[in-house]
Amino acid sequence: MKTIQKLADAVRLYFHYVSLNVRSAMQYKASLLLMITGQLLVSFSTFFGIHFMFMRFSHVKGYTYEEVLLCFAIVLMQFSLAEMFARGFDTFSGTVRRGEFDRILVRPRSTVLQVLGSRFEITRIGRMAQACLMFAYVVSASPVAWTPLRVTTLAMMLLGGAMLFGALFQVYASLCFFTLDGLEFMNVLTDGGREYGKYPLDIYGKRVMQFSIAVVPYAVVQYYPLQLLLGRSANPWLAFCPLGVLPFAAICQLCWRYGVSRYKSAGS
Amino acid sequence: MKKYCSFFRVRFALGLQYRTAALAGMVTQFFWGGMNILMYRAFYEADAAAFPMTLQATSSYIWLQQAFLMLFAAWLLENEIFDDIVSGNVAYELCRPVNIYDMWFARSAANRLSRAVLRSFPILAVASLLPAPYGMAAPASAAHFLLFLLTAVLGFGVTVAFFMLVYALTFYTVSPNGLRILISSVVEFFAGAIIPLPFFPDGVRRVFEMLPFASMQNVPLRVYSASMTAQEMARAIGLQAFWLAALVAAGRMLCSHALTKMTVQGG
Repeated sequence: MKTIQKLADAVRLYFHYVSLNVRSAMQYKASLLLMITGQLLVSFSTFFGIHFMFMRFSHVKGYTYEEVLLCFAIVLMQFSLAEMFARGFDTFSGTVRRGEFDRILVRPRSTVLQVLGSRFEITRIGRMAQACLMFAYVVSASPVAWTPLRVTTLAMMLLGGAMLFGALFQVYASLCFFTLDGLEFMNVLTDGGREYGKYPLDIYGKRVMQFSIAVVPYAVVQYYPLQLLLGRSANPWLAFCPLGVLPFAAICQLCWRYGVSRYKSAGS
Repeated sequence: MKKYCSFFRVRFALGLQYRTAALAGMVTQFFWGGMNILMYRAFYEADAAAFPMTLQATSSYIWLQQAFLMLFAAWLLENEIFDDIVSGNVAYELCRPVNIYDMWFARSAANRLSRAVLRSFPILAVASLLPAPYGMAAPASAAHFLLFLLTAVLGFGVTVAFFMLVYALTFYTVSPNGLRILISSVVEFFAGAIIPLPFFPDGVRRVFEMLPFASMQNVPLRVYSASMTAQEMARAIGLQAFWLAALVAAGRMLCSHALTKMTVQGG
């Protein structure tokens, strides 16, 4: 009972943080609007990239235009969900450098909750809107027959993918405890995962597949469930493949804890 | 002129200090380029006849793009300039006996150049060691290499001049974030940073090639691997020169207009 109450309390606090963030963003309405439009267009440029590639080529590794678009929409949605909620991790280097993490530590609340609450990016709604548009188009245009199993698969992919990107953001933030500055290298895993996840992973060849199974489990939220979604495999267990993210997320959480325990204040 | 040279020098020296950041950036760009090439390879295997350039030329294009990313990157804008405008510190800059346009131009050019210098050579060196169609090839001829240098300088100028317009516009909008994201995404797309311009359908490509964005990275990267005819090159260089002049003139005008209307925020 007590844990449920605690959890409800945490959720309430989180949404309070969210509403604060949204209200402060609303103060610059013109800029907010431009940013949402910008976000929308950013991902449209990726879409046009795919579109124009497919005006020239009819397929890539046997995937058609519609199939690639479905994959793109899913990964985009996974990423924007993670980005919207876990953006606090992304800007965490500044929090550490300015010594603001000290203030987080003295409050009797979970550090993760406070860091996540420190930023909520309403502007990411632009990216999300685009992913939704993409979905609407793909679902109506693609030959995928939407059975309950496939809908479940899709939901699992979104959930698992958002968790995977969220966990990557968390590792990125954990590294800031040691380096003080964000490591640009992590962009390969986060932004790169989104950018190159637009095509099914097997087009990049064997090595990339091995990496995305053994090191960062992109394949379990993209390639494998996609095979079921596109009807290339009939194995219903692939729907639950995205659960493979859980061990990875647990390791990331441990990294974060380790980082917090090693934190030395940098600010004044 | 001398004072702008010193702005350039100071900023350049400052940029050279961030060596660890450059190393991390290099590794990032190397992976980024590698994934890009793997992607084009998949398309090449799907339908080699539909490929507008050779796979080797595409690889060289991608490696050069990664190596000189900082010269042409649309997202590399100077936060300090935005901060100055938003916080009102720009008032101090205006007290100096310099032209603010020239000063910022020198500064952002130096900033981009210093980052590119640190990163480009290692990336190019490693990329040239890669096996044939995936690595960086030698330039098509000595003449192509010289033309590559010329067009790279012009393209660099066009890029800096274009983003000067963004700084000047910030005087009007105050909060730069929205404008910034919007413009970066538009520029990246039209400049050929998402997919190289030859991959666009012909009709679209012809229009894109007239725009100032095509005068940025598109020309030098394509000149290097000789995927343009002599006539196309001559036209592209002419366009580059035209856009450079036009953008600098527009930027100066916008800047001086903004300064007459400016309200300094904060105290």
